[in-house]
Amino acid sequence: MKKIVGILGILIFVVIATIVLSDGIFLRPFNLENLIRRTALFGIISIGVGFVIITGGIDLSIGSVICLIGCGLPWLLTVHGWPLPIALFAAVLISLLIGLIHGLLITKLKLQPFVVTLCGLLMYRGVTRGFTGDQTQGFGSEFKGIRSIATAEIPLPFVEGFGVPAPCVFLVVVAVVAGIFLNQTIYGRYLLALGRSEEAARYSGINTDRMVILAYVICSLLAGLGGVLFVMDVNSAQPVDFGNFYELYAIAAAVLGGCSLRGGHGTIVGIVIGTALMQVLRNMITLVDVIPTHIEFAVIGAVILGGVMADELVKLVASRRVASK
Amino acid sequence: MVAAQRELTLKVQGVSKRFPGVLALDDVSLTVGKGEIVAVLGENGAGKSTLMRILAGVQRADSGTVVMGGEEVQISTVEKALDHGIALIHQELNLADNLDVGANIFLGREPRRFGWLIDKEHIRREAVGYLERVGLDVDPNYLVGGLTIGRQQMVEIAKALSIDARVLIMDEPTSSLSQKEADQLFVVIKDLASKGVSIVYISHRLGEVEAMADRVVVLRDGKNAGELKRDDISHENMVKLMVGRDVSQFYPHEPHEAGEVVMSVKGLVTPAHPSQKIDFSLRQGEIVGISGLVGAGRTELLQTLFGVTPALAGEILVDSEVRKITSPIDAIDSGLALVPEDRKQQGLILDMPIRENMSLATLLRDQNKGFLNCSMERNISQKMVEDLNVKTPSDGQIVRLLSGGNQQKVVLGKWLALEPKVLLLDEPTRGIDIGAKAEIYGLMEALAKTGVAILFVSSELEEILGMSDRALVMHEGRLTGELQRSELSEEAVMRLATGQSMEAA
Repeated sequence: MKKIVGILGILIFVVIATIVLSDGIFLRPFNLENLIRRTALFGIISIGVGFVIITGGIDLSIGSVICLIGCGLPWLLTVHGWPLPIALFAAVLISLLIGLIHGLLITKLKLQPFVVTLCGLLMYRGVTRGFTGDQTQGFGSEFKGIRSIATAEIPLPFVEGFGVPAPCVFLVVVAVVAGIFLNQTIYGRYLLALGRSEEAARYSGINTDRMVILAYVICSLLAGLGGVLFVMDVNSAQPVDFGNFYELYAIAAAVLGGCSLRGGHGTIVGIVIGTALMQVLRNMITLVDVIPTHIEFAVIGAVILGGVMADELVKLVASRRVASK
Repeated sequence: MVAAQRELTLKVQGVSKRFPGVLALDDVSLTVGKGEIVAVLGENGAGKSTLMRILAGVQRADSGTVVMGGEEVQISTVEKALDHGIALIHQELNLADNLDVGANIFLGREPRRFGWLIDKEHIRREAVGYLERVGLDVDPNYLVGGLTIGRQQMVEIAKALSIDARVLIMDEPTSSLSQKEADQLFVVIKDLASKGVSIVYISHRLGEVEAMADRVVVLRDGKNAGELKRDDISHENMVKLMVGRDVSQFYPHEPHEAGEVVMSVKGLVTPAHPSQKIDFSLRQGEIVGISGLVGAGRTELLQTLFGVTPALAGEILVDSEVRKITSPIDAIDSGLALVPEDRKQQGLILDMPIRENMSLATLLRDQNKGFLNCSMERNISQKMVEDLNVKTPSDGQIVRLLSGGNQQKVVLGKWLALEPKVLLLDEPTRGIDIGAKAEIYGLMEALAKTGVAILFVSSELEEILGMSDRALVMHEGRLTGELQRSELSEEAVMRLATGQSMEAA
């Protein structure tokens, strides 16, 4: 809880700083809509990786899954002329299978999550570049209707010129379901327990393998959903770099939001706030003239490092205080 | 030689050490004369290991002084301890099995040539000398991993000699040795002592202590409980000091009316000892102890019964029904529960509150269509905290902050909430203070009265003798015998535990 308050404080601080430093450009509806849309899209994939991180694992393949689904969907629709429902079903099925395979390899063959998903990162992008012939994929001027689930704005009553970006609906649904799952169901408790001590969880009669597999399936499914929404949003996906580094943004957001890579810790609210902070930082770098855009990674890296350092320092001080009592 | 005439090598005074929730050492003193063999005794959790770790520089004392050869020394690190001539030989040996004997003796202090090349010839020459002193006839080039445990221990001692140790601390050195190896060790220890090396000897085997020690120092609940001079060392005196009262009062044992057979095991083969078959049965309301030396396969047997390491062959019957137990989930379904040996790794999730630990095994049973049943969870955990007398401000407390005894009660509570038919306990009182120990014995008794069958593994003979209606004894994976309460004696158990047959007994 304290962690969430801390990160929320940083978010508010960065927002105010950006408003001031950008001469108010930050508050223009166009900028806000964009920012919120990006936050919603990245929030979905960050929640996915959050589940994996809570089990003490990692998923590096998210960006490549986004590439595979994001390029594959328009490819099936426009190049092969598949009907939309079937193409969407294929996207879900493939994402699910990817997660299932990751989970099985990690639990049954006892491979390390880092290695399994690193190979996934390489393979899914390579496969996508293969079947698309490395050609840019998009919907052209078609599928405007379905694309509105990513591009539309939902008008607010009494507010002129600003609407809530449609992906927010997805984020809210995903976040609420994920939050209930993690905190109110026995399976969420199992995930938190096994993330802290898989052995103790197993000795308590929990089917830990099944829970870990479930976490990877959730992660890949949400990455797949992210892929669909991202490509509908931008309408143009280049297999060579679509979704590049997105797994790192997602992991960073989860870590900023209070997930520990050691496992067992994390909240959905924290992850969403962490995502928002990441996106506001990127936005700030673009809007504020004194910060050159090409040092974006350096700024984000420094903020994350500072965040985790502060967290550890707070813990250290707290444990000293307990010890000296 | 009388202790008073010895030149004092080591003098420890007023050492205290506090861990979160427990005062492990409270103003403890210890003196060791030159060439003296001092046995330090105490129940698990009495503070022996903490004291030894402080002397060896693994942990730092909160207060107190250590004087070596008349000079006060600060032992802040293992290196400092070694510099002052204090060497600790751990229960689990600290050797690199992938290196040879000579390299292990000189690990971290390798003689060099040209400043950076290891001088292997020098190591070899020196190592031979140290190995001779401990009576170990192996080539220094032999890989340590290929030696028996007993011989590895000799390598550890040789290593200690090579740093010119004046005080050699041995923590349960015979716990994994055969009788023959142990006898050899005693010869070496006596020989070292006669050459002026002081020995601090920690053991639970009172017979050994009786035969070897010049003096016995007993710790209880982190305090000095008393000392025995050579002539006063007897089994009875030692136990009295350790327990602080008569043993018969400490163990609340009453004979139980054993009921129906609740579990029987037929031809069970554990992965740890695939050449041995195990048969036994367990009745309702019976407390059965499993004794044996370290490595006898006791823990492995419990883990196989509980499905952690599924059996290779054989049958487990619960209520006369064959149960296929290949995971803890199956075991729980069959009415079994296991309080594992490694409380912190296997028994508890240390960073979760008491309540969430207590409910971990019952969540599935008490679920509300997949959702947590929070009120049920709270009720059970609060009832368990009360019933088991867990000392904590609330059941929201993080388990890590509890003392060992209270942690163990949480593990027990987790399983009692499931109302098992058979309760498997692996070293249920290891590392917990004497008060909590008595409470756990009381609980075992109370549970047995309600008809739960209890099978417990213990390395403490006193506990086996004090608590069992019946004892099973294991040796190298084999069940070497079964002793009824009337037949139970330290000698009878040890004979079976070292692999001798009942007939010889």
